[in-house]
Amino acid sequence: MSMKNRSLVSINDYTREEMIHILDLAEGFEKEPHQNLLNGRVIASLFFEPSTRTRLSFESAIQKIGGNVVGFSSAATSSVQKGESLKDTILTVSNYSDLIVMRHPVDGSARYASEVAPVPIINAGDGANQHPTQCLLDLYSIRKTQGTLDNLEVTFVGDLKYGRTVHSLVIALCKFNTKFHLVSPIELKLPSAVKRHIKEANLQYEQYTDFMEVIPKSDIIYMTRIQKERFPDPLDYEKVKNAYILENSMLAGAKDNCRILHPLPRVNEISTDVDTNSKAYYFQQAQNGVYVRQALIAAILGVK
Amino acid sequence: MTNKRKELIVSAISNGTVIDHIPADKLFQVVKILDLDKTEKPLYFGTNLESKKYGRKGIIKISDKYFEMEDINKIALVAPTATLIEIKDYEVVRKDNVSIPEHVEKIVKCFNPNCVTNKENVPTKFNVIHVDGEMKLACHYCEKNTSQANMVFF
Ligand SMILES: [Zn+2]
Repeated sequence: MSMKNRSLVSINDYTREEMIHILDLAEGFEKEPHQNLLNGRVIASLFFEPSTRTRLSFESAIQKIGGNVVGFSSAATSSVQKGESLKDTILTVSNYSDLIVMRHPVDGSARYASEVAPVPIINAGDGANQHPTQCLLDLYSIRKTQGTLDNLEVTFVGDLKYGRTVHSLVIALCKFNTKFHLVSPIELKLPSAVKRHIKEANLQYEQYTDFMEVIPKSDIIYMTRIQKERFPDPLDYEKVKNAYILENSMLAGAKDNCRILHPLPRVNEISTDVDTNSKAYYFQQAQNGVYVRQALIAAILGVK
Repeated sequence: MTNKRKELIVSAISNGTVIDHIPADKLFQVVKILDLDKTEKPLYFGTNLESKKYGRKGIIKISDKYFEMEDINKIALVAPTATLIEIKDYEVVRKDNVSIPEHVEKIVKCFNPNCVTNKENVPTKFNVIHVDGEMKLACHYCEKNTSQANMVFF
């Protein structure tokens, strides 16, 4: 499998086997997080918009495998503020690093960077488009809690229209014979472009506006936040805002193996009384991000 | 109207290409897509002409120029009914319908205002896809789909 020197821009860039390979490597890093594999090689961490959570996860992953980090944590502290083009920034930074991790507010910026850069790019989020390492850590969390990725019933709840983590994960799970349950207000249904992937994989999905009936069927419940700004009419938001909140009492009929995931940060869509339920997995989920990122960097730099 | 008089509306050419059956309101877009506004070859065009099949149509004739099918197919996005006729020594040597290409580059804008092609100096690049029977352009960069109604040509 050759991921060496290949950029990861979109989860669609990876086959089923390649995703599994990264998850297998990540398992090794979970067992043994500190391994000096990079021996001082330099990785650039370019955050054109702040995302402390993702940046710290990447930088921790780099340092735990012996790499050094250069870069910036917001556009304000970089030459971008002086009007430098993305291409020029990427070409300059390529001189100083073996790999670039980038987060950028513009959709498609990571794909473009991967086409101009002589070194591989890992997309740490490009606008509303893709965030493939989030997707890999979601897959890792699902496999870890279920023992498999195949033949699961996965329920997505909340904003399925704008949530990029939902889109990427749905597309990735299409390679694992998933049955999809899609719970959202009518205004925030999964876009037809994403449903097309489910149809093309000959898989089943059902759409619901009511949450309760799918809980007993679900192996995974993937919660997302519904934002008020998404509704042109604030009254429509008021009508649905409490309909997609998960409370501990609702999990009484859930399967034993059912786990709750959430890309975080959470606001109120998962009530805090769920946190102590053994089915809550969202905090461990975030921790898995470091292992997955270690695996990805090691694979791309060809040290694993 | 006799055939002979019809021919006079747009001059006949001895060698070159005729693009016929262009929707009347798309003629100037076709001229632009094919860069014919920059050509130095003799170019004739007419629009709002009678057409048995389409009501009103546009037609373009250009002397001493032949197109690659790949280029001519770009106009299928706006003029799917267009036909391409190649003329040599006043004889029709080839007649083809245009067909929708698999890839479209540079000629259409991505409708997503936050796409890198609208923010940096990056030419657009799309795959042509079909969603529920509707043709759409899937952006190579932002991965959003531009539908026919949202297509804006450079
Ligand atoms: Zn785009």
